[in-house]
Amino acid sequence: MAHGPAKGIGRWLFTTNHKDIGTLYLWFSFTMFLLGGFFAMVIRAELFQPGMQIIRPEFFNQMTTMHGLVMVFGAIMPAFVGLANWMIPLQIGAPDMALPRMNNLSFWILPFAFAILSSTLFMEGGAPNFGWTFYAPLSTTYAPPSVNYFIFAIHIMGASSIMGSINIIATVLNLRAPGMTMMKMPLFVWTWLITAFLLIAVMPVLAGAVTMMLMDINFGTSFFNAAGGGDPVLFQHVFWFFGHPEVYIIILPAFGVISAIIPTFSRKPLFGYSSMVYATAAIAFLSFIVWAHHMFTVGMPLTGELYFMYATMLIAVPTGVKVFNWVATMFKGAMSFETPMLFAIAFVILFTIGGFTGLMLAIAPSDIQYHDTYFVVAHFHYVMVAGAVFSGTGAVYYWLPKWCGKMYNETMGKLQFWIAFIGFNITFFPQHFLGLAGMPRRYADYALQFADWNMVSSIGAFMYGAAQLLFLYNVIATIVAGKPVTEPKTWEGAEGLEWTVPTPAPYHTFSTPPEVK
Amino acid sequence: MLAKAEQLFVRMLAPLLLLPLAANSMAEGGMWSEVINMTPGVTEVSRQIYDLHMIIFWISVVIGVLVFGVMFYSMIAHRKSKGYKAANFHESTTVEIAWTVIPALILIVMAIPATTALINLYDTDDAELDIKVTGYQWKWQYEYLGEDVAFMSELATPESEIYNQGEKGEFYLQEVNEPLVIPVDTKVRFLITAKDVIHSWWMTDFGVKKDAIPGFINETWAKVDKTGIYRGACTELCGQGHAFMPVVVRVVEKAEYQEWIGNKKAEAAAMRELTEKVFTKDELMAKGEEAYNRSCAACHQTNGEGIPGVFPAMKGGVITTGELAGHLDIVVNGKPGTAMQAFGAQLSEVDIAAIITYERNAWGNDMGDVVQPIDVLKFKQGQ
Amino acid sequence: MVTSPTQRLVVKLLGGAVAMFFFAIFVLPPIYDVFCDITGLGGKTGGKYVPEESVIDESRTVRVQFVATNNGAMPWDFKPMVHEVRVHPGAAVPVKFMAKNTTSKDMVAQAIPSVSPINAARYFLKTECFCFNQQPLAAGAEAELPLVFIVDRDLPSAVHTITLSYTLFDITGRSDAPLTASTN
Repeated sequence: MAHGPAKGIGRWLFTTNHKDIGTLYLWFSFTMFLLGGFFAMVIRAELFQPGMQIIRPEFFNQMTTMHGLVMVFGAIMPAFVGLANWMIPLQIGAPDMALPRMNNLSFWILPFAFAILSSTLFMEGGAPNFGWTFYAPLSTTYAPPSVNYFIFAIHIMGASSIMGSINIIATVLNLRAPGMTMMKMPLFVWTWLITAFLLIAVMPVLAGAVTMMLMDINFGTSFFNAAGGGDPVLFQHVFWFFGHPEVYIIILPAFGVISAIIPTFSRKPLFGYSSMVYATAAIAFLSFIVWAHHMFTVGMPLTGELYFMYATMLIAVPTGVKVFNWVATMFKGAMSFETPMLFAIAFVILFTIGGFTGLMLAIAPSDIQYHDTYFVVAHFHYVMVAGAVFSGTGAVYYWLPKWCGKMYNETMGKLQFWIAFIGFNITFFPQHFLGLAGMPRRYADYALQFADWNMVSSIGAFMYGAAQLLFLYNVIATIVAGKPVTEPKTWEGAEGLEWTVPTPAPYHTFSTPPEVK
Repeated sequence: MLAKAEQLFVRMLAPLLLLPLAANSMAEGGMWSEVINMTPGVTEVSRQIYDLHMIIFWISVVIGVLVFGVMFYSMIAHRKSKGYKAANFHESTTVEIAWTVIPALILIVMAIPATTALINLYDTDDAELDIKVTGYQWKWQYEYLGEDVAFMSELATPESEIYNQGEKGEFYLQEVNEPLVIPVDTKVRFLITAKDVIHSWWMTDFGVKKDAIPGFINETWAKVDKTGIYRGACTELCGQGHAFMPVVVRVVEKAEYQEWIGNKKAEAAAMRELTEKVFTKDELMAKGEEAYNRSCAACHQTNGEGIPGVFPAMKGGVITTGELAGHLDIVVNGKPGTAMQAFGAQLSEVDIAAIITYERNAWGNDMGDVVQPIDVLKFKQGQ
Repeated sequence: MVTSPTQRLVVKLLGGAVAMFFFAIFVLPPIYDVFCDITGLGGKTGGKYVPEESVIDESRTVRVQFVATNNGAMPWDFKPMVHEVRVHPGAAVPVKFMAKNTTSKDMVAQAIPSVSPINAARYFLKTECFCFNQQPLAAGAEAELPLVFIVDRDLPSAVHTITLSYTLFDITGRSDAPLTASTN
């Protein structure tokens, strides 16, 4: 079995190799990231000035919806699945994932699903236009004809995630090298293990929600239709029962990446390993019981609203523990600031800021003023972009040498970081002000007092977009013409089994399990 | 060397001394307050929310400064390039307990004012005035319960301003044809529902936001302590007109309110008389154009061309150039299963007569028909 | 059949995923409905109430307001005959709504009730309500729609005003009710 990869396109269509599949996921997610980013550029171009200059409000709603769907389901989630595929077997000393053929299927249904979703832009009535949160009845009775294709695409993406999660759990539980006990696993593996359980629990709930939608739209049921005794608010409960764990699904693997990068560049072990594991588990558990904090204005009884406020505030505790542990890892380390470390440090700062605005949002009476405004948009972009995306970008710079045996250009990497960092903050920091000043979200046009900050935000967005093109250039330039590296332990402070295999990693690794002390 | 790092750190701290300045300018009246922060508003609830918001904000700033301060100090002092040697500690149960318990205590402290504010926000009892707010695609309907006064409140900004064919007015997208009028210092209860999809009624300055859900009724309240005109927004995605259905409330002295509501009731009576009046074609065309642009053009467009496949064209349209009875029926009764609403319940007979006359004669349709308000009334009654 | 630990784990996880799917569709909605019925949360009132004995609490007066909304393009005239009544908890109170089919087609409607404040909903008991049934009306026909309700004596003392809202939905395409002119 120790022969090299197949030749030609067949290699990529039929591969069962975790490294190949990881590569496929990563390239797919980056393509989706650029597509979703293009939609964002359309949004920010239209919002550059008050008035409708470029597109009509109906199309604007399609752009905001597609931006959200593509970014969440097509870019962020597959990117971290790609990292999981590449790194989990290497980090636990396994030769591959537990179910290599299902792994191939999990990937290839994704381009299919997103082809269907993207094609809705060209259908009569246009693409989905009801927000990525697709509340009923806007998404049922009042939806465009493409809604059925949207539901189909969601089902396929969900199936991909569920299969991927089953694979990850089976791999982590059953294929660890002898001596690799659970409490010796790198934190990236832990966070993915916990995330995989979350996915198995809630992706089917999303599938349930869209199936109920499908039945209401096409088969005359009344799950969400008051006329037949149903309730639009039921949709929100079911959706957010999925939706809140979903955002932790997005961020937990990102936490795992940061927990790998910071110790490496601090040349010091991760502080509080067991606390980090318990905190991650606590966050995952709490994520199931806070969903209605997305619904504070829906007309919930007082006791319910108080409960969800208290439970949501609680999540700040384990999250804070993680941030303190990262800082304690840095403290009295011997730090160097290569590109991955820059992204990791930016993550800690900017994700924490997003955490503070999250705490503000958790306070239900204040949320009356923040809900459905740009304050929320700013919050979730801080945690999802400066959080998950920065973490993913840092991960690529960190592990790229191991994947392809070439070192990226450090100056170009730092340049890309600074443009991204500055562009990101110029885009999203002013959005806090817009929300506090009274600008709702999903608005195609706005009153004049919001014009200045919108213009600033749009300028930042174009800068941030440019930074992604530079990232693409950096990655391709490295693969094609980067300085070759052969040192297995590419980074001086790196620890972990992936840094014991040759650089670049051979097609098959750990065919014999390593010895883990 | 360490002293130098500490010097650098102290110099970096100096800008933090500007924080009190920033705090001052962010307080009400400060120069940045309008465009950076929410305002305390004009009700007790909005002020409670504002105070809570500022408390949590400052607690977050202090914690952030402490945590990032340690980080930045470390980034300067603990560098390999400065020859610093890494320590090896990597756990401490005491420290983990400390930074679990202390944040939890801070949260408990925050929860107390939050709970008080929320309980107050929920106390809708003993209101002096009840107003039903209904969200439509894409306007609001206000009904004064028990007074028999109801009207639509639609965006008054002309389409030409939105599509950059004219300069935008001061209250661009924040002006309506008929604002809600309520008396000052009066507890007003709002009963909120929707006609089609979920909307949300947000009066920023009152600290009031509640979702408008079709088939369900929600309630909230406000007691405004300062007269003035206040502008809010729809805050739940409701389709293409989501950004184009502002909330405008005029808060007036109690005596002025009594006068206003008396006038509105008289208006309703006068409108019934106007229904008997015979208008000239020019009068109907002029009023019709204004009413059409306000209530119909959002979908059917000012040029009457509609949006192919979505909203039918009025120009050369099958119904607008067809039988009058069919035209009356669809405007008055709407078309179930589509977005065409039953305007018979929303607009006066005068408006409907004018709109239909306009639609049948504008854009080259030239049907020659003239529809009088009494014709509309007879159609409604004769069915 | 010998299965490996991995195969058994995969079957369990897949089973879990399938279970969560059916949970979402067949358990969550009924739990939500039951929760709403028991607690009255969401403003949903219950079904037909059969009163036991009527002991009236004369010491207390509760204001009950009536509100009517037409959903979507529903064109009927629909309104309460009175805006509000003042009642003693425990007393059965009859009120009427008026509905008129102003179109030239026979139609069927469904009225959906909703009560505010939320904590009053389960104390609002209907012994007779036009909302229990579908409402067919022939073209041009008008009907008086009856409602008889009791405000439960256990209504929290903090509540002084209850608002009952009906939303009228057009269910002509969906209903099985025969279309006859009715003036019930």
